[in-house]
Amino acid sequence: MQLLNKKPESLLDIPMHYCPGCGHGIIHRLTAEVMDELNIRSRAIGVAPVGCAVFADSYFNCDMIQGPHGRGPAEATGIKRSKPDAIVFSYQGDGDLASIGMAEIVHAAIRSENITVIFVNNAIYGMTGGQMAPTTLIGQKATTCVEGRTAKQAGYPIRMSEMLATIDGVTYLERTTVHTAPGVLKTKAAIKKAFQNQIDCKGFSMVEILSMCPTNWGTRLDNPSEATKFVNDNMMKVFPLGVYKDAKTV
Amino acid sequence: MAEKTLMKGNEALAEGAVRAGCRFFAGYPITPQNEVPEYMSWRLPQVGGAFVQAESEVSAINMIYGAAATGVRCMTSSSSPGMSLKQEGMSYCAGADLPIFVANVMRGGPGLGNIAGAQGDYWQATRGGGHGDYRTFVMAPNSVSEMANLPAKCYEAAFKYRIPSMILADGILGQMMEPVEFTAPEVDPKKLTEPSWALGLNHGREKRIVKSYDLREGYLEKIVLERIKRYKQIEQTEVLYEEKMMDDAEIAIVAYGTSARISVAGMRLAREKGLKVGLLRPITLWPFPKARIVELSKRVKKFLVVEMSMGQMVEDVLLSLNGRAEVHLLAKPGAAVATADELYKTIENIVKKGAKEYAAAK
Repeated sequence: MQLLNKKPESLLDIPMHYCPGCGHGIIHRLTAEVMDELNIRSRAIGVAPVGCAVFADSYFNCDMIQGPHGRGPAEATGIKRSKPDAIVFSYQGDGDLASIGMAEIVHAAIRSENITVIFVNNAIYGMTGGQMAPTTLIGQKATTCVEGRTAKQAGYPIRMSEMLATIDGVTYLERTTVHTAPGVLKTKAAIKKAFQNQIDCKGFSMVEILSMCPTNWGTRLDNPSEATKFVNDNMMKVFPLGVYKDAKTV
Repeated sequence: MAEKTLMKGNEALAEGAVRAGCRFFAGYPITPQNEVPEYMSWRLPQVGGAFVQAESEVSAINMIYGAAATGVRCMTSSSSPGMSLKQEGMSYCAGADLPIFVANVMRGGPGLGNIAGAQGDYWQATRGGGHGDYRTFVMAPNSVSEMANLPAKCYEAAFKYRIPSMILADGILGQMMEPVEFTAPEVDPKKLTEPSWALGLNHGREKRIVKSYDLREGYLEKIVLERIKRYKQIEQTEVLYEEKMMDDAEIAIVAYGTSARISVAGMRLAREKGLKVGLLRPITLWPFPKARIVELSKRVKKFLVVEMSMGQMVEDVLLSLNGRAEVHLLAKPGAAVATADELYKTIENIVKKGAKEYAAAK
């Protein structure tokens, strides 16, 4: 028998709690594969968020810290400035990064902290049960906007990559998706680049990844294509994929 | 350094922290503590440390959360309104058993209050401040020399018990200049052994996790109960206080920080008039010198609490005494400061005119 594929060493072989059709499992695996390939597991320190990915501290096979909602980039700053040889990444969702942690992510970018940020955008609060996120689309239903988000009542979804691209301190920003196979491959390449930049001391890198949340979107759990269709037809219109910043050095 | 240097309280505090091994500082400007981050911004790079001016107090305390998780001696400082913002992070540090060092150079409150020295954050400092069941090791300097030398004690306790530690000073102590002697032994962080829980370069060892949560039923309770054992040990072994003229005292003043300095002046006036007054100055506010107060109450039957707040520390004195002696209060809220004369008159009123005690007056 020949072993063709195995779980990356940077991911522990324990069951994950994520719902069927959720994108976090894919994104965890891609991050772990990149850590293996760049051989940085033994010096990686990951920052787990508050939200669905709170248990990322259990799944990644490297040193991990879990702290307050939205403060990941601040924690990562303290870690990186104290241990410059460590490879520090902050793994965050859209409520965490684009709402309560807006100041922390913007100012980490302004300081060009030499860290890697994995930003998972699924346009909803998952862990708390499907409330409206800052990234929730106009018309999208959530438990705090049951008739769908309206601009009049709640404003418009925030485009983090576009906004952060205006900041001089940012080295690399790309928005990708994991709802298709090519998207998964592109996401992995982007994550790899975001880590390589840190290894090369190039400054702040972030990958924004569009991801599925069938449970809280109310799409069918037995038919995951409903959720991938939502990413394809709705999210990608508001959050276009692409490289938003790729500076050589900052 | 054996010789004395003339220094401002806030600068002595910063230099004291550096000498105690601090190598990471994050802070945000707020009066009257600005000299601390200003000093750290040039001083830390000299010793191979790092300084970050954070975008907010919230971010600063979370930078400390991250830095402390790597085992480094780190610090943030602020003043009252900023300390409120830091309470989220304080709670997480307590929950993750991280040995952080925080300084609060208190000002008038509540709200924006004013920028003069005050002691209105006693409850916030000693009762937790943030959410959940936890304690902070709190020390109260009363001179620029203590501003310089207590940070070492804070780090010592913080690392020994894995608990957040705090200097609770006020704007007067932060801004005044006095001769300082650095007596605490200087710490070279490179010579400290890396804590067994610190995140870092793992060289093939098992992964480590720093976190404050455990969702499994019954587990959080066990974690908190283990922490409470450490709190009990701190209460038994780490209490620090100073006494003046207590041997023959018939009335004991209890005061900390700037209030204790004023109390010494008021006490001298009273002694000149033949009133037998002594002073108990808690240096640790938590743990509070409860046992000493109980011991004193065997012969001292009148206690006077002097504080630059509405009557906060007096509750600890009342709890300690539990009815064993009369308790009086000279409270100066709103960044007001008692004068020595006012203090003398208060003492005279208690001793000679039988002023109503605080709890009864309530």
